[in-house]
Amino acid sequence: MSLPAEALRVLEDFRHLAGWEQRARLLMQWGERLPPLSDADKTEANRVHGCESQVWLTGQLQDGQWQFTASSDARMIRGLVALLLVRVNGLSADELQEIDLPDWFNQLGLSRQLSPSRSNGLNAVLQRMRELTR
Amino acid sequence: MLIPSPWRADFPAIAALQRQDQIYLDSAATTQKPQALIDALAHYYSNGAANVHRAQHLPGAHATQAFEDSRSKTGQWLNVGDSGQIVFTHGATSALNLLAYGLEARFQPGDEIVISALEHHANLLPWQQLAQRRGLRLVVLPINDSGLIDLEAARQLIGPRTRLLAVSQLSNVLGAWQPLPPLLALARSFNALTVVDGAQGVVHGRHDVQVLGCDFYVFSSHKLYGPDGVGVLYGRHEALSQLRHWQFGGEMVLDADYQQASFRQAPLGFEAGTPPIASVIGLGATLDYLAGLDQAAVSAHEAALHAHLLQGLKVRKGIRLLGEPQLALASFTVDGVHNADLAHLLTEQGIAVRAGHHCAMPLMKQLGLAGAIRVSLGLYNDSEDLERFFEALDQALELLR
Repeated sequence: MSLPAEALRVLEDFRHLAGWEQRARLLMQWGERLPPLSDADKTEANRVHGCESQVWLTGQLQDGQWQFTASSDARMIRGLVALLLVRVNGLSADELQEIDLPDWFNQLGLSRQLSPSRSNGLNAVLQRMRELTR
Repeated sequence: MLIPSPWRADFPAIAALQRQDQIYLDSAATTQKPQALIDALAHYYSNGAANVHRAQHLPGAHATQAFEDSRSKTGQWLNVGDSGQIVFTHGATSALNLLAYGLEARFQPGDEIVISALEHHANLLPWQQLAQRRGLRLVVLPINDSGLIDLEAARQLIGPRTRLLAVSQLSNVLGAWQPLPPLLALARSFNALTVVDGAQGVVHGRHDVQVLGCDFYVFSSHKLYGPDGVGVLYGRHEALSQLRHWQFGGEMVLDADYQQASFRQAPLGFEAGTPPIASVIGLGATLDYLAGLDQAAVSAHEAALHAHLLQGLKVRKGIRLLGEPQLALASFTVDGVHNADLAHLLTEQGIAVRAGHHCAMPLMKQLGLAGAIRVSLGLYNDSEDLERFFEALDQALELLR
């Protein structure tokens, strides 16, 4: 499966990082680019539980393609979610089932963000995405 | 100012963590372990494991002896004397659940259980659920701006309907000693049972349950540099005799038929099933180690480190402490910065601190906070650990602001 163009760009961006500071800056930049979620979508039903911060995620199948929107009041998780959406938005239901998302974050050098510790928000987001697309 | 820890080398994990570029500042969650404990575990497992209080054979006798030695060392640690007994549980949480279930039959609808606003979930939820099961009223003592239980309010709220008071000795979020003597005296004057959650308090200084005068005192081994999987429940004899048996099974029984059984008294009657034998023996070794330290020197070290921590937080802009921490830990938020972001960047820099609600959600809600960062100290920490933390904090805040 070939990567969407934006995902290729992310991969290129994160491949050449020298240390945590650059990684953090880049994460925040990607977080800033995430289109804002309307207040109407920031409902309890869309909230992802299990994060230290507030995270909202919505997903819709439009013309056979998944389109997710998300936001968070914390910047790092917003960046992580942005990197997730870059990888999954526009995929078909079948493609989404096949994709190895932990490997995606591994390729970005962010695999630690998926540790099973309960305070880790990204796992909860992936879990919610699986529930939405089941 | 350099504050070295003379005990640092006694804890091999500190050096191991340092090799992984990790600074451990989360001892209020769990502590690193002294070599003495690791040796005791290895000795027990490599010299013959056996079950306790059952077998007549020699390995069983040895294990039982070591297990019961730990019980008496734990009793000595709390100066139990002839006042009561030590029951081993699987943690402070299971000790508090034992109390909430064991005392259940003694409560009538309308009776009141009193806790405080700063309780850890372990000393809140067992009582909350008991209150729901039996139609009791759960009364919550408010706290003041210093993070102390408000005594004036307590005098209004503790009364003739109060059947039990359960409070923390030292808050895991606010780091302040609670005014136990007047609170316990107040509860006693109404013949209420008193439960002290010593999970944090037991780690700092020595505490004498006879001087405290509580009915029950609870703590976890793993926060006191001991193994996990072991909790301690001290109970005064009169208070223990009010407990109904809770969990049933091996070795807590006196005589059993198919349709009925009779049970042992405390402590064995409340230790159903095989206990965490190695861990209990390990706790004994930890207490031996701790008893060999100069307690005054440990307290002075902890106080100096804590002062250093507070000073460093104070000189940085926009940092807000939760309450007025007196020792062991400090929880804080930073204006305009999400604590999850700060936690993320501290983690990136190898600083192991805790972020979030610290198992005290109602307290955080009351303080109007989604979470906070908590730095907590052990006797192995030194000022260099704190300098590393401050550097990382500055770097993180520079990035985030």
